[in-house]
Amino acid sequence: MADVRAEDILKPRWDPALKGRAQRVLAVLGAASAIVAVAGWFIAVNVLNGHPAAVLFLCIAPALTALLLAAGIAAIAFAGPIGRLLSALAAPIFFGGVAGLIVLVWVYGMATSFVDGLIATTAPAAPHGATVFGGPLTTQVILDALPHPVHCPVVSWLLWPLQFGPVRDVMGLIGVIGFVSLFAMFAIWWERKVAGRIQSRLGPMRVGGWHGWAQSLADGIKLIGKEDLIPAGADRPLFRLAPYLAFVPALCAFVALPFGAYWVVRNLDVALIFVLAMVGVEVIGVILGGWASNNKWSLYGAMREACQMVSYEIPMGMTLLIPIMTVGTLNLVQIGEAQRDGWISWLAFRNPFLFVAMFAYFIASLASCKRAPFDLPEAESELVAGFMTEYSGFRWCLFFFAEYAAMFVVSALATTLFLGAWHSPLPAAWGKALAGGNWLAKGLHGLLFSGPLWFIFKSIFLVYVQMWVRWTLPRIRIDQVLYACVQVLLPLAMVALLGNTFWELLVARGSVLAGLANVILSLIGAVLVLGFVVIMVYGRMNRRRLVGTLAVDHLPGA
Amino acid sequence: MAADTTLDSLPDLLADLDRPTIESSDLRTEEMLVNMGPQHPSTHGVLRLVLRTDGEMVLEAVPHIGYLHRCAEKIGENLQPYQFVPKTDRMDYLAAMNNNHVFALAVEKLAGIAVPERAKYIRIIMAELNRIASHLVSFGTYGLDMGAFTPFLYAFREREYILDLFEAACGARLTYSYITIGGVTFDLPEGFVDRCREFLDYFEPKIDEYNRLLSYNHIFTKRTANVGVIRAEDAIRWGLTGPCLRGSGVKWDLRKCLPYDIYDRFTFDVPVGLPPGGEPPVPPGMPKARVPPGVVVGDAWNRYFVRVIEMYWSVQIIRQALDQLPSGDYRTKVPRNVKLPEASVYLEGENPRGQLGFLVVGDGNPIPYRVKARGPSFCNLSITTHVCRNCLLADVPAIIGSIDVVLGEVDR
Repeated sequence: MADVRAEDILKPRWDPALKGRAQRVLAVLGAASAIVAVAGWFIAVNVLNGHPAAVLFLCIAPALTALLLAAGIAAIAFAGPIGRLLSALAAPIFFGGVAGLIVLVWVYGMATSFVDGLIATTAPAAPHGATVFGGPLTTQVILDALPHPVHCPVVSWLLWPLQFGPVRDVMGLIGVIGFVSLFAMFAIWWERKVAGRIQSRLGPMRVGGWHGWAQSLADGIKLIGKEDLIPAGADRPLFRLAPYLAFVPALCAFVALPFGAYWVVRNLDVALIFVLAMVGVEVIGVILGGWASNNKWSLYGAMREACQMVSYEIPMGMTLLIPIMTVGTLNLVQIGEAQRDGWISWLAFRNPFLFVAMFAYFIASLASCKRAPFDLPEAESELVAGFMTEYSGFRWCLFFFAEYAAMFVVSALATTLFLGAWHSPLPAAWGKALAGGNWLAKGLHGLLFSGPLWFIFKSIFLVYVQMWVRWTLPRIRIDQVLYACVQVLLPLAMVALLGNTFWELLVARGSVLAGLANVILSLIGAVLVLGFVVIMVYGRMNRRRLVGTLAVDHLPGA
Repeated sequence: MAADTTLDSLPDLLADLDRPTIESSDLRTEEMLVNMGPQHPSTHGVLRLVLRTDGEMVLEAVPHIGYLHRCAEKIGENLQPYQFVPKTDRMDYLAAMNNNHVFALAVEKLAGIAVPERAKYIRIIMAELNRIASHLVSFGTYGLDMGAFTPFLYAFREREYILDLFEAACGARLTYSYITIGGVTFDLPEGFVDRCREFLDYFEPKIDEYNRLLSYNHIFTKRTANVGVIRAEDAIRWGLTGPCLRGSGVKWDLRKCLPYDIYDRFTFDVPVGLPPGGEPPVPPGMPKARVPPGVVVGDAWNRYFVRVIEMYWSVQIIRQALDQLPSGDYRTKVPRNVKLPEASVYLEGENPRGQLGFLVVGDGNPIPYRVKARGPSFCNLSITTHVCRNCLLADVPAIIGSIDVVLGEVDR
């Protein structure tokens, strides 16, 4: 018998017939798109007098579709080499993809501000109530105003729709959905990596080449392929509705989150209330899912969720009132702007009550997004999987996404309200020089001093802390959950609220006491962060000794 | 209502009484029967508990067993003892060595077979290693029941090394059939003693790490302290043995009290359940263990902690056995068809879960007339209904996990 190598067995085999069929389907669709594009061009130019919307929808969109399908045919034909290339370049693709997304959002921001500028300068007398079929700008105006490197008709047609509000809203929603999906996939992979490292394992290592970065993608594909079960006695419409009711509010909350001073889809005056409401509405999906499943364990999970949410919303809201009291607005952008002067100006370090409120809020937020040690609604060792017991496939996936989206939302709230929102810990004065420089210096200023990267970094750090807690602590019992809320957290929040009231009334801004408290708390915060970094570096350097050499010596990449 | 109420007001009152009130229709509560198992993450196999619940309260929990019944005892009446050894592996599959050990001892006593000294020591080493492995699983899964995932992985990392040792000795990692009638099936492989010592040196300090990670964890103690308290007299009345009995404060360990095999040659201590502030015995040189506040003798925490401390003393026993390990035969030649005399032998040994007893009755044939096993898990499980009464739903896994049953042995 010939030698059988592991690679030969593990190598994916393509069914040639299936491959040919897939290519043929794509080719037919691509040809159809190309024909539509050509026909659309004639119709748009000759019948509709070259109206931009017609050109966009009838010609450019089908042409792009045809190109995409052609790329698909090529990808199937050269699947082997492409796969090897992807595997070899996994790490650059991963980081390049992240960078590319940032650039994409950046370009979109530039495009919208360019269009805004054009509307303000070239078409001041434009009639109000512009509709999709007649805006203040024509493609010719945009083309004339385009600077040299992007001076071409296609760009002007692409920019033309941006002058309409609904189009921007759709783009914003696409951005939010894209961000939530990407974040959820990243967080699922990362949670598994964090869990692996805490448990002296490696976590996912196979899919995608570099540290299993494509694991969530593979999981998602697997989940979509799963059998979609609905239990016999289930309330079918409610059972189907529940995952969306859990996922959509978490998504909606992102609309009001300020990723930067101008990086917010809707700058609401009551943004905080809106986000809190969305976090609160999520519970309905969970309760509905638990009830509609017709399963006693699901019902238990739903009841626990209801009980937990109702009790923890109170301390959560109360602790969030404290920074609101200090800043004096519910608008998250304004709250962020109040913390622009670096580390020392962050709200958590303003006075002792705010500092305490931050920790109280963090604990309440753990409970509100069902994370350990408050993961009672889905406590697997007691309730099998709680409210998710009967869910499978895509619906289960939505619940899962909702959980991670909610994790980000509560962390983003903590970031905005306590930890300086999108501002860097460096003092703003340091950045003045950079901001006045050329475009490179401006870019560096944007990167280092403010902007979505800081916001996302801080929020993800808090998400990491949630994961850290989850993989370290046991779960508490339902009576202890309520005890912790009513007897510990609620009085703590009340004392902090009252204390902050008196502080705001009695201690003047800029007084010696306020300054002293500010400096001391900033130092405590700095020591906490530095301590974390020191522990991290120490653990990294001594990981073999700490883990125990017997177990890890033969592991690759340990 | 006063007797002289005017008749005019009565009809209305009666109509109100007939109408269902909010209390009687909408807010009416009733007890709910919930099936916990046989497929449930924390029933440790195929245990099925029928819970009578009122909201989060569990009013009663009734275990239903038999999902893993494989007629082990009946099979014992149709096989020769050496053929029955693999069946004992599958009773308490987490402590197969100990099962082999007790069965071999019972048959040897009945048939009058002498065992070489070296084999006796190898048996002790293997049995104690398996006790550590079994307690590691118990420790890890108990953390899992409480929602702490990480200790489970740590426990299995250590257990893996023990399984490697077993694999080196007999080729199997779960069902060993290594200790057999007349000795052990193979001699210890080359380098076994050194690797075993290496493991013990590595493992012993880790126990304190587990204590700091899980045993003294505030949430963990809150979840397990004063939960599922079994009083000493109840423990004895229900026939509990092993850590469940010792957790209730009864210092009863067959290895110490009625030493079987060669356990009388080793010095070791027996931990029992203690009140807060108590210090269970630990070997010299190891960090002191302490019982945290809130703990009650006989509660889930004490049962769990007895197992953790027992791992210390198993390490000590293995060290002594390795030091004293003589050279010589590892097995006496036992003929294929040993005629079992017309007599019966009942012998009990201390398994990780309690006292495992084998009754072997011979009738002059090579095949025993009767093989009966007294499983510790079976007897320990019997107290479930008594303990899981008026507790919270989350306490049920805490209690079942602390009783630490293996369903393979309960159902046999």
